[in-house]
Amino acid sequence: MDRDNGVLKLLRASEVNTRMIAMIAVLIAVWLGLDAMTGGIFLTARNLYNLAVQSSVVGIMATGMVLIIVARHIDLSVGSILGFTGMFIAWLQVDIFSLGASWNWPLTVLIGLLMGGLIGAWQGYLVAYQAIPAFVVTLGGLLMFRGGAYLVTNGRTVAPMDPTYQLLGGGINGSIGQIWSWVFGGLAILFVCLMIYRNRQSRLRHGFTTKPVLLELALLAVWVSMIVGFVLVMNAYTKPRSDIPRGIPVPVLILIVVVIVMSLVARVTPFGRYVFAMGGNPEAAELSGINVQKTTVIVFSIMGVLCGIAGVITTARLNAGANSMGMLSELSVIAAAVIGGTSLAGGVGTIAGAILGAVIMQSLENGMVLMGVSSALRQIVIGLVLIAAVWFDTLYKNRD
Amino acid sequence: MTDTPLVELKNIEKRFGGVQAVDRVSVDLHAGEVVGILGHNGAGKSCLMKILSGAMPSDGGEIHVNGRSVQLANTRDARGYGIETIYQTLALADNLNAPANLFLGRELRTRWGTLDDDTMEAQAREVLHRLNPNFTNINDPVRTMSGGQRQVVAIARAIYFDAKILIMDEPTAALGPSETRMVADLTVQLRSEGIGIFLISHDMHDVFDLCDRIMVMKNGRCVGAYGINEVSKDDVLSLIIAGQLPEDWRPRNQPAL
Repeated sequence: MDRDNGVLKLLRASEVNTRMIAMIAVLIAVWLGLDAMTGGIFLTARNLYNLAVQSSVVGIMATGMVLIIVARHIDLSVGSILGFTGMFIAWLQVDIFSLGASWNWPLTVLIGLLMGGLIGAWQGYLVAYQAIPAFVVTLGGLLMFRGGAYLVTNGRTVAPMDPTYQLLGGGINGSIGQIWSWVFGGLAILFVCLMIYRNRQSRLRHGFTTKPVLLELALLAVWVSMIVGFVLVMNAYTKPRSDIPRGIPVPVLILIVVVIVMSLVARVTPFGRYVFAMGGNPEAAELSGINVQKTTVIVFSIMGVLCGIAGVITTARLNAGANSMGMLSELSVIAAAVIGGTSLAGGVGTIAGAILGAVIMQSLENGMVLMGVSSALRQIVIGLVLIAAVWFDTLYKNRD
Repeated sequence: MTDTPLVELKNIEKRFGGVQAVDRVSVDLHAGEVVGILGHNGAGKSCLMKILSGAMPSDGGEIHVNGRSVQLANTRDARGYGIETIYQTLALADNLNAPANLFLGRELRTRWGTLDDDTMEAQAREVLHRLNPNFTNINDPVRTMSGGQRQVVAIARAIYFDAKILIMDEPTAALGPSETRMVADLTVQLRSEGIGIFLISHDMHDVFDLCDRIMVMKNGRCVGAYGINEVSKDDVLSLIIAGQLPEDWRPRNQPAL
């Protein structure tokens, strides 16, 4: 306690996770480093816009992977489920349902998400009720659903997708424009204010200690500047050969919604609490009357639905369904969760951390592409980063 | 003491393959009474108590609560009848804080069905402070707490929800002297409030200090059930080790002939 200086005390009072601060510092360092190495190309509105879109697919799946790993399981099949559901959606939309019908794409999205959920539920059932290790079940799933993605059309690529559907991928028109981006930013700021206020009121009502008002305001200022900065950057990138700002891309909007929903699921629902309890001590969870098996099935089902959403964005962005979609993305997704502080031993992890992890991963990938690093070398670097992240996790835990 | 026992276990059986872990054991418990369950490791005590706490299904026999036959398929059923258990392993989720552990499986909710963490924290503060006034770091993960604090959380979880029947499985095995004292005081207090307690313990001191009656098990069988005044420590040890009382035994509370 003696070693506490003012900064540390302030951090503790702000209840901001020190680990999260460390990760944000890493992200900033990575961004500045890549910007220097690419001669200022990395930190342009155009590249940050692309980076946001690229991060959204991995980010969406990483939120589900956090719950899976927290519950002491693993899902190696996410890339294949993405490929299979995406392929199925594309096939339905182009080959089966009548082209151009207004109900076509919403129905295919619905069926795709349902399918992802069912696949997840099935894998979860095998893990929870048949006691087959998740590693084995989802390794089987990795092969099966990749094969399934091929079989949907016997390997043929299906295109083009419905024009409205394509917006979900964040292409040239797939963003919400300047005005709506500011509306969204305004709503986000209101939401943050409301949360901070409610939290404070609730703590006051129970007579708990609250943070100093100045600190609350400082935290609010950080949030507001992050939101405003984000909207500014997204609006600074214009459509080709024009001055029309693009605004927030639709896939990033989907990511933000997924992050909010999943954070709420993890932090304020009994279900989320049970997932963490199971990860901390499965036996204790069982003895506390938690239905561990049912909870496991739900966790895997959520993962499946999120893979379906990722499949939608991928096909919309490609404007096609190809059976190689999502190949090897299970590794990026697991890496994002782990880099974001999800402990492979279970019981510990945050949704926000996983998103930061996804952005760090994607920044490295994106930056190296800009620098013209070969894909072989990129794989080596990403692999080393993953090992370093787990190493850091081990050090962090030993220090506790 | 009323005539109907709080709990009556009748001819409980449990088999693991060819091993008879619990062999037609009967025992009862009245309100405001502490009954010690004694025996070697592997004698079947924990197994018998797990059946009563709903953590393990029995292979035979009946359980009566307040005179009515009940089925305990899981711990939720048992808790529904006011049967709470303090497990030897404490059964805490180490990554969660004290309030989360206290309310695990029966969280308080807001009107939207979400976790009401602030109310849970307030209630947890109250009950934990009553058990241990020095308990301040309740929002830390229980992993970082001392053995005594962890025990307090486990005990608080059992008594917070109006337990009628409390099973304590070696509650002091991992504790220091002052914490052991605290658990003993608490046991006496709970008994005076009319709670029936099954106490599994290896500590003869605790047993003779706290129990009204004892039941000794060996190899899955009940080898004796006596009032605490009827036996001496040596008698109990003889029951535990040999499965029988000394040859010349007479109830110790009766004057010699």
